[in-house]
Amino acid sequence: MIPASHAFKERARAAMADPDLTRALTKFKTGFPLKRAQAVAALPEFEALRDEGKRIKDHALAHLDLYLERFEAKVTAAGGQVHWARTPAEARAAILSICRAAGARMVTKGKSMVSEEVGLNAALEEAGLEVVETDLGEYIIQIRKEAPSHIIAPALHLSKEQVAEDFRRVHTHLDPARSLSEPSDLLTEARVLLREKFLAADVGITGANFLIAETGSTVIVTNEGNGDLTQSLPRVHVVLTSIEKVVPTLEDASTLLRLLARSATGQELSTYTTFSTGPRRPDDLDGPEQFHVVLLDNGRSALLGTEMQEALRCIRCGACMNHCPVYHAVGGHAYGWVYPGPIGAVIDPALIGLEEARHLPNASTFCGRCESVCPVRIPLPRLMRLWREKEAAARLSPGPQRWGLGLWAFLARRPGLYRLTTRLGMGLLGTMGGRRGRFRYLPLAGGWTGARDFPAPTGRTFQDLYRESQRARP
Amino acid sequence: MPAPDTPRDTILGTIRRAVATVRDETAARAAVEQRLAAPPRNLIPARGQVPPPQQVELFQRMATLVAATVEPVAEPGRVPHAVADYLSAHNLPARVRVAPDAALQAIPWDRRPTLEVGFGPARADDPVCVTAALAGVAETGSLLLASGADHAAPLAFLPHTHLVVLSAADIVGVYEEAWDRLRRRQADRGLGMPRAVTLVTGPSRTADIEQTSLLHAHGPGRLHIILVGPPAHGAEPLHG
Repeated sequence: MIPASHAFKERARAAMADPDLTRALTKFKTGFPLKRAQAVAALPEFEALRDEGKRIKDHALAHLDLYLERFEAKVTAAGGQVHWARTPAEARAAILSICRAAGARMVTKGKSMVSEEVGLNAALEEAGLEVVETDLGEYIIQIRKEAPSHIIAPALHLSKEQVAEDFRRVHTHLDPARSLSEPSDLLTEARVLLREKFLAADVGITGANFLIAETGSTVIVTNEGNGDLTQSLPRVHVVLTSIEKVVPTLEDASTLLRLLARSATGQELSTYTTFSTGPRRPDDLDGPEQFHVVLLDNGRSALLGTEMQEALRCIRCGACMNHCPVYHAVGGHAYGWVYPGPIGAVIDPALIGLEEARHLPNASTFCGRCESVCPVRIPLPRLMRLWREKEAAARLSPGPQRWGLGLWAFLARRPGLYRLTTRLGMGLLGTMGGRRGRFRYLPLAGGWTGARDFPAPTGRTFQDLYRESQRARP
Repeated sequence: MPAPDTPRDTILGTIRRAVATVRDETAARAAVEQRLAAPPRNLIPARGQVPPPQQVELFQRMATLVAATVEPVAEPGRVPHAVADYLSAHNLPARVRVAPDAALQAIPWDRRPTLEVGFGPARADDPVCVTAALAGVAETGSLLLASGADHAAPLAFLPHTHLVVLSAADIVGVYEEAWDRLRRRQADRGLGMPRAVTLVTGPSRTADIEQTSLLHAHGPGRLHIILVGPPAHGAEPLHG
C-alpha cells in the first residue's frame, strides 16, 4: 500500500467534515468499548492474563530466532513450505510464483493486514489473477477500491446505504428492484455470490493471528467462517504473515486467545479459531495439496533490541483504536497507511519511515486510554513520545514549532527567569483581556481562537496563587 | 565472492544480532527446548476449573450464550430421533451428510427409517451436516473439531445447519485439557497435529455492516449440539 501519512492533517480535516463518517464513528466509539468492558468484567483474572500475555510475547521475542527455526522445521515436517521475505516485494514475488506454479486463475482471500501491507491484491491482479476478498467487510471495501479503515472492522466507516449503493453498482446481474434496505439483505447477497468463489478458487490466501513453534501451526480467528472456507476448499493454501507472530506452544496461544477476542469485540472467543498444520494427509477426507507460509519481516527485526521492541508484542486486537479519542474523531483512513490508531502511530514510522509518518505519533493527546486497554501492555504513549523525540532530533518538524519548544525549554530550565516571564506575561494578558475576560483573536494562537474565544488569565500566575494559598493555611 | 545472503539468512541474522546482546546463548537454547518439550501451563481462569458435572452445566450455559442450541439425550440410540425431530421442527428436508466418524457410524440411524443418511465429506448443496467433536470446552462453550480420515473441515462450514453429536464425557473445563486430549489421541495414532483443528464457538456471525450483529455469515447459521449421556460423575480428571 502506498502511504499517504504525510497528508495526515489534510486527511483528518476532510474526515471531520464528512457527515457519513462522523455518523459511523459516533456509533462505533461506544459499541466496542462497552462490549469489551462487559467481557472483562465477566473474567476476574483478566488483568492478570494481560501480564501473562506480555510475559509470553516478551519471551517469544527474546528467543525469536529459535522459535522461528522450530516453527519452520515443524511446517516442513508436516509437508508444508516456509518462504522468508525481507520486503513486501519479496513477499509478493513468493506468492506470485506459488500461484503461477499451481496454474492458478482465481484466488480467494481471508482477511490479512499483512496482505494490505505488501499490496498483494494489486500485484496478483496485475499478473492476471482474479482476487476475491471473502470477509464481508473486506469484500465491501474491495469493490469500493478502498483500504480498510480499521484492523478488525474494515468497513466500519460505511453506512448500509452506501454498501447497498455499491452492491447495485457492481452486482449488475441481479434484479435492480430487489430490496437492500437491511444489513441482512446485504449479507445474504454477498454470501450467495462469495459461495461460488469459494468453490471455484485455485488458491486460498489467509493471514495468521499466531504461529505456533511447537506444532508448526498457523492460527486464524474469524467470526464468519470465510477463513476456513478459503483455506480448506482450494488446492493450495498460502498463509501470509509476519515474523513477530510466533509463540512457543498451544498453551501460550490459548492464553493470548483468552485476551484477543475479549479485547477486540468483547466476545469470549471468536466463533472460529482454526489451527492449520501442513497440507492434507494421505488419509484425509479433504484439504489443500500444498501449504505455504510466507514470513514477512519488513523492518520488524530492526526493532528488536531497541526501545520500540515492545510494539512487536501487538496481537492486532484493535482495542487501542477502539478507545482512542483521535481515532474516534478522524477514523482510520486519515492515518494514511495500513495500521491506524495508537498502534499505527507507533509501528507505521518504523515500517514506512518517520519522515512519511511523523504526524501520526503527534496525533495523540496522551490520554493513556490505549495503554490502559492493551492486552499485552504496550506502553503506547511512551513509544509515541519516543518518536516525537526522534522527530525533533532529526529536525523533521517545522521550524517555528522547534524554535517555540526551544524557547520554552530555555525558560523552563531557569526557574527565576521562568517565574519573571510568566508573571509579566500573565499580567499583560490579564490587562489586555479587560472586562470581557476573553480574546477573540491572539497572535500565535490562531489554531485555538479560530474556533473559540481564549479565556484571558486573571493576571496572576498559578505559582503565585499556589504560594498564597499555602501561606493562608493554618 | 561469497554468495549473497538469502532472505532467511538476513532476517535470522538481524534477529540474532539484536537478541544476542541480552541473553546467555546456552541458557536461552535450554529454556526454549524445555518449553517446547513440556509446555508449561500459564494462568488458567478459575471459571472452567470445576468438577465434571459443573463443566457440563457450564458448557451448556456458555454455548447457549453464543446462540448455539443444546439438546441432551440419554444415549446414542436417541440421536436419530433428536436429528429427525430437529429437522422437521425447522422445516428442513430429512436428509443429512454425516462425517464418517466411528462413533457416528455406530449410531442406529435406521431407527428413523425416513431419515436419509449419507456418510462422507460435505457437498456444496448439503443443507445439513452432522459431525462429532473431540471435545467440548466448558469455559467458552466451544467444540473441538479436527480434520482427518473421519472428519472433513467443510462439514462444519458449508451447510446452513451444523449438528454436532458430543458425548458429555468428552466435555473438559479449559482449552489446556483439550490440547492434552488431542496430543494423546494423535500420539496413540502415531500422528502429529491434524491438518485443521478448529474451536467452534456458536454459529457463524458478522457485524461488518454498521456493527449490526447477524448470524449466518459464510458458515452455518444454526449450530445445534446433541449432548449424549449423563455427565461422567467421578470420571478421571484429564489434567495432571
